[in-house]
Amino acid sequence: MNELSKLFLPPEGSTLAHQTDTLFWFVHISGLILTVGLIVVIVYFVIKYHRKSEDEVTPLITHNNTLEITWSVIPLIFVLIVFGWGYKVYMEQQTVPDDAYEVNVTAQQWAWGFDYDNGAHSMKELHVPAGRPVKLVMTSKDVIHSFYVPAFRLKQDVLPNRYTEIWFNAPKPGRYQIFCAEYCGTGHSQMLGTVVVQKPQKFQTWLAKNKGGAAASNLPPAKLGKQIYEQYACSTCHSTDGSKKTGPTWKGLFGSKVQLSNGKTVTADEDYIRESIEKPHAKIVKGFQPVMPSFQGQFSDDQINGIIAYIKTLK
Amino acid sequence: METAEKTSNLKKIQVQRYKPEEDPKDHYLNAMKGIWSWLTTLDHKRIGVLYLCSITFFFFVGGLMALMIRTELWTPTATFIQAHTYNELFTLHGSIMIFLFLVPSVPAALGNFILPVQLGAKDVAFPRLNLLSYYLYITGAAIVICAILSGGVDTGWTFYTPYSIQTSTAVTIMTFGVFVIGFSSILTGVNFITTIHKMRAPGMTWGKISLFSWSLYATSIMQILATPVLAITLALVAMERIMGVGIFDPSLGGDPVLYQHMFWFYSHPAVYIMIVPGFGVVSEVITTFSKKHIFGYWAIALSSLSIAFISFLVWGHHMFVSGQSAMASMVFSFLTFMVGIPTGIKMFNWAATLYKGSIKLESPLLYIFGFFFLFLVGGITGIVLSTVALDVHLHDTYYVVAHFHFVMVGGMVMAFLAGLHYWWPKITGKMYNEKLARFTCGLIFIGFNVTFLPQFVMGAQGMPRRYFNYIEQFQPFHQVSTVGAYMLGLGFFIVFVYLVKSIFTGEKAPANPWGSRGLEFQVPSPVPAHNFEHIPVIVHGPYDYHKPMDEFQLGIAGSGNGHGNTVDATLKTNGKEIKAE
Repeated sequence: MNELSKLFLPPEGSTLAHQTDTLFWFVHISGLILTVGLIVVIVYFVIKYHRKSEDEVTPLITHNNTLEITWSVIPLIFVLIVFGWGYKVYMEQQTVPDDAYEVNVTAQQWAWGFDYDNGAHSMKELHVPAGRPVKLVMTSKDVIHSFYVPAFRLKQDVLPNRYTEIWFNAPKPGRYQIFCAEYCGTGHSQMLGTVVVQKPQKFQTWLAKNKGGAAASNLPPAKLGKQIYEQYACSTCHSTDGSKKTGPTWKGLFGSKVQLSNGKTVTADEDYIRESIEKPHAKIVKGFQPVMPSFQGQFSDDQINGIIAYIKTLK
Repeated sequence: METAEKTSNLKKIQVQRYKPEEDPKDHYLNAMKGIWSWLTTLDHKRIGVLYLCSITFFFFVGGLMALMIRTELWTPTATFIQAHTYNELFTLHGSIMIFLFLVPSVPAALGNFILPVQLGAKDVAFPRLNLLSYYLYITGAAIVICAILSGGVDTGWTFYTPYSIQTSTAVTIMTFGVFVIGFSSILTGVNFITTIHKMRAPGMTWGKISLFSWSLYATSIMQILATPVLAITLALVAMERIMGVGIFDPSLGGDPVLYQHMFWFYSHPAVYIMIVPGFGVVSEVITTFSKKHIFGYWAIALSSLSIAFISFLVWGHHMFVSGQSAMASMVFSFLTFMVGIPTGIKMFNWAATLYKGSIKLESPLLYIFGFFFLFLVGGITGIVLSTVALDVHLHDTYYVVAHFHFVMVGGMVMAFLAGLHYWWPKITGKMYNEKLARFTCGLIFIGFNVTFLPQFVMGAQGMPRRYFNYIEQFQPFHQVSTVGAYMLGLGFFIVFVYLVKSIFTGEKAPANPWGSRGLEFQVPSPVPAHNFEHIPVIVHGPYDYHKPMDEFQLGIAGSGNGHGNTVDATLKTNGKEIKAE
């Protein structure tokens, strides 16, 4: 059974995963028995009652109320069991323990951001202590996203202007995949992340080190720009090696003449780059779609200067 | 001429046997000539054929997009197209297959052709409205094509807000196209309901109409009640996009989850609009090829109606992780399980019909057995997904993708192909290559399973849907699935080739190639321009295989082609109420 589970389901990373899996197998195996049973009956009928001559006359059998009731009531009992069991597990998924450690999650096109109680902030990687319930309070800056960790058997949509909650308890330290499960635009499939489950001590150390936000501002501008490029998932759409992705490449961009879709040509200077970050739809490069979300208000001047400095290094 | 006298409890009418003419010289196909006669036709059969040609075209367009999607997924990163193009492809694949193929497939194409003949009517109740439905469908399709040409749409066929409000692609034009197609669907529904109520032949009581007609009746009810909600929802999206009225977009003060409620209020019944007509085809084919009375006529007929009713109360099962309350999820989960019961009843009744039958495995029945297995898997995985705790894990993964393809392609497309093969001789007057048909049915069945079974596994492992890139562990599953998709595509293409070929080189079809008791097989193949040269009189149900064939070919004596005044006189003097055993 465990071997079978490994083939079909991801490893069980949370305390609730096992209950979900048991139910998963109960419904699938009952369904399999029903499917095989019905197929065997049909195959048997087809062989046994194969047409021998065109003049064959069949008996008149119109209905049988006992049978109708039997095959209505038995499935009804079965689905009621599955319904009750499913709802019970669901309620446990929904009921957050009181001592849960709270992390705020912010989703945006196309990256995950995490804020911790001491002001620490991380992008893409969610750090949590092992063996302790963790509650995520989630909201979105733009469209609907969905926070999905297959190993925890958990998923919850993340909505703009609203807060949704989810909780889990991951007993084993390790790294678990985060997906965005609600289609959110061009970079949807790149909106990935990792839950880093650490031993409580290690987690505390990490948390303390990142207290009050990333120490990023101490970095030289070009290094800071590179860090933002990776953390804010700019790399989803913009390459640094000249290859064409969803957006134009950054290689050789600075100072070049850019052909726009409205036929005009502009020089890619500091103002152009700043405008492209804050109002991406103001100037669309020829051959590309206006799909970039606006980052207005998300970056400080230092950070935007960092991005510009980084682009300048990409000759 | 043989004359039989049937007695009723009150009044008597003279009936006689009208044996269908073999190889008729005049029929609906040659009654009028020229393209113009087709484009302005009021004949339900010709409109059915027009629909058939149009949906076939869109089926292959949507199928081509599916192959491009599967090809792109051969590698975990970009294979031959970019993310934006990929997103447009799956949006269009879904929209075209649902709105331009599945919804009109059985009702508007096969139903238009067969329903009036099965009821013993000369046409649908409103022939002009019927033609209008077709032109609304074509107009809607043209608008959808405009949307594709003016930049495409990248929202997914669900047009979820606020993404659909914010994206710069041609969402407004696209939703307008779907809006227009919706009216085509509503008008067809109105037409069918009226036809079934008012146009039945003398003697055809509610207990004697075919189960195919019952399924179209249930479908029409859903079309009329649900489709307006889609129209309203899409109109609101357009208002929001054009005028900035805040309804769904939170930055304008709207609620994006409200959109999901309104969208699924249509789109869940729409799932049954797509599948219930398929159920009707199953009942017809299974009785004909086992020469047996249907088991549980009323159980099957009423389960279609109860599915139609419950289907309006389950939309929230698409939203278990949307942030709706746990209480709402519980209620929707419970009601969803309840849909499983009438669906199960149908499956059991069909299986019981085979008991002590005289079963002949011809291609239409093979397709039905394909339907049986695939729809069963689709149904069981539906039970899995209605379980709230499991849906939390499986929602928006490839498990869901596989589930609805098993229901829509494995169920509906197989039933559609069964119906198409079953009625093809009636529509074209020609027989197709039976050996090739059986082989292709096998190819499609295998191709389908190779495509979609791996998707259940990768979905359960966590592969989200609508992903352009994916993590490498899923690559083997995606590659098997892509190979299967090409097998499936080849299968559908072979069906197209041999069916079209049969029109030109196929053997002439007899009036009743399968020995069916259905009324549509008691008229010549192809069907005469006015369906019946007489007024048919019904004394037996369509599945009374224990009665001799000639008792299914009765008509009012001397009623001719139904245009003469003598007929009216006969009807008036003898009364319209005929009750015969």
